[in-house]
Amino acid sequence: MAESIVVDHVTKDFTMHYHRTLKQMAVATLRGLPLKEEFQAVNDVSFTVEQGESVGLMGLNGSGKSTLLKLINGVMRPNQGTIRTRGRIAGLIATGAGFHPQMTGRENLYLNGAILGMSENEINGKFDEIVEFAGIGKFLDTPVSHYSSGMYARLGFAIAIHVDADIFLADEVLAVGDRPFKKKCLAKMQEIRTQGTTIFYVSHAAASVRAMCDRVLILESGHLNFDGPCDDGIRYLQYDDDDDDENSLEGMVDEELGADI
Amino acid sequence: MKAADKAAQQGALKVDENGRRKNAAQRARALMERKSDSMPVVQFVGERQERHVTAEMVDPAPRGGIVEVAQQHYLLRLIVSRQLAQQYAASVLGLLWSYIQPGMRFAVYFFIFGVVLKTHQGTPNFALRLFAGMVFMHFFTETWTKATQSIWNNRALVLKMRVPREVFPIASMLTAAYHTGPQVVILIACCAVVGWHFSFAAVLALLLGFALLLTFATAMALYFSALNVLYKDFQNIVSTITQFLHFLVPMMYSYSVIAALGKDHQAAYQLYMANPLAEAVMLMQRCFWFPTLNNQSQFAKQFPPDLWSRGLIMLAVSCVLLVFSQRFFARVESKFPERL
Repeated sequence: MAESIVVDHVTKDFTMHYHRTLKQMAVATLRGLPLKEEFQAVNDVSFTVEQGESVGLMGLNGSGKSTLLKLINGVMRPNQGTIRTRGRIAGLIATGAGFHPQMTGRENLYLNGAILGMSENEINGKFDEIVEFAGIGKFLDTPVSHYSSGMYARLGFAIAIHVDADIFLADEVLAVGDRPFKKKCLAKMQEIRTQGTTIFYVSHAAASVRAMCDRVLILESGHLNFDGPCDDGIRYLQYDDDDDDENSLEGMVDEELGADI
Repeated sequence: MKAADKAAQQGALKVDENGRRKNAAQRARALMERKSDSMPVVQFVGERQERHVTAEMVDPAPRGGIVEVAQQHYLLRLIVSRQLAQQYAASVLGLLWSYIQPGMRFAVYFFIFGVVLKTHQGTPNFALRLFAGMVFMHFFTETWTKATQSIWNNRALVLKMRVPREVFPIASMLTAAYHTGPQVVILIACCAVVGWHFSFAAVLALLLGFALLLTFATAMALYFSALNVLYKDFQNIVSTITQFLHFLVPMMYSYSVIAALGKDHQAAYQLYMANPLAEAVMLMQRCFWFPTLNNQSQFAKQFPPDLWSRGLIMLAVSCVLLVFSQRFFARVESKFPERL
């Protein structure tokens, strides 16, 4: 198998600017407050993903998962280190697709498809399939700003999954969908998994990650602290503190229950 | 004393770090428990196929610049057509507005400068000369103002999709060109009616003027669209400048007035002529207006004697500006996601 994603010592810094107007800056300087602050969202992360591998990305909110996906997707560039990817990348970053709020669903579908690298013929060919999967029906010609959050996510997912990408990134996109749709999406993701697409799946639900992924990466405040098989990763996240044995046992039970629902 | 302080501080930090980790562990556990049934479980079924991707390993965010924009012409076309549809959405007159506004401006300039201030005396086909300048100035100001806001207005896309971001200012320029196109047709029709004599100099003037205008407009579009992300003040600065930009090129008055000014104030003259738009407008007048005159030699003073060399120098300057602004754009671009 060939390498699909190579992330090599990648670091991403953010600069937070606290003050934007000249007046605020002057006041802050006089008071001796910092004008800006840097923080590292992703800190010296390295890993390699083979083509066809399915990787679960876990970690707390704010641990750098979305930033890492944005770096792989090419929305952001790392400050240090390099990222190399092979083939077409499609995916959904940070709960939802990049839609233009004033444009209709149809226009956004074409625009998104074009951005993801599809040609006009390709989009025309898959148009009906995408619309049917998204189930937005008569709202196709309504501006997406009027969509419910579920419809928004459905359309975004439907486009991204039909791109025939070599790498698929799913970042908590399904959080807003209802249960039947989530199930449909996951089934579709399993389907593209059989086709050998590299998958990056972000979720907090351990059982779902276990079913979907071959491997788990765990980020903790920007550091990649775990990289290995699913079960070990999920156990790592339980942190197996001795004083909380009962608690984590309960968690496991919950998780298993979750599997049956 | 100070060293002791520092050591104490470091100790405190260390404790804090441990606490934080424990805290994080607790939060992670709680989160996992809460979310355990948030996603359904779908088991993997079927045979796993191997997928052979022939593509090379590449940077997911290549620095393709405007070259990459040109390669993705389908995307560019979609964005342009969207901007066209959006510009006059929910207005009754729609696209007509892009003719009403320049038309009114033309009428006012013609009345004030031609009729009231009588600059048209001694200038045959004054209206044609004014119009030839205005069409291309309109293209430039439209490009500049719209491009400056373009990245900001498309932030929903910029934040979540990987696109060559140069596509937005370039699309603004093409939108402006779409609006200006019919005006050029009107201009050509007017020239034909008045009587335009073919000459190679006129064609050369058109080519040089057009190349100059295009490179300068692209450079400004790229530079200011990036700058406006960092400081939103620039869209106000640009709209202020465009308000008087029309007065800084020789179209309502003739070049000879500026040449007369140059006799007393050489510095002011050089400053005026350092504006690439002044050269571009004069080249366009050289192409559209000058060949319609019957006794051309009489009006040679309406153009600077070094119009051609100045035009070429300005083209070279604009090319350098374009390279510079593309580099600036590429450098600032990586900061877009955190500044939008």
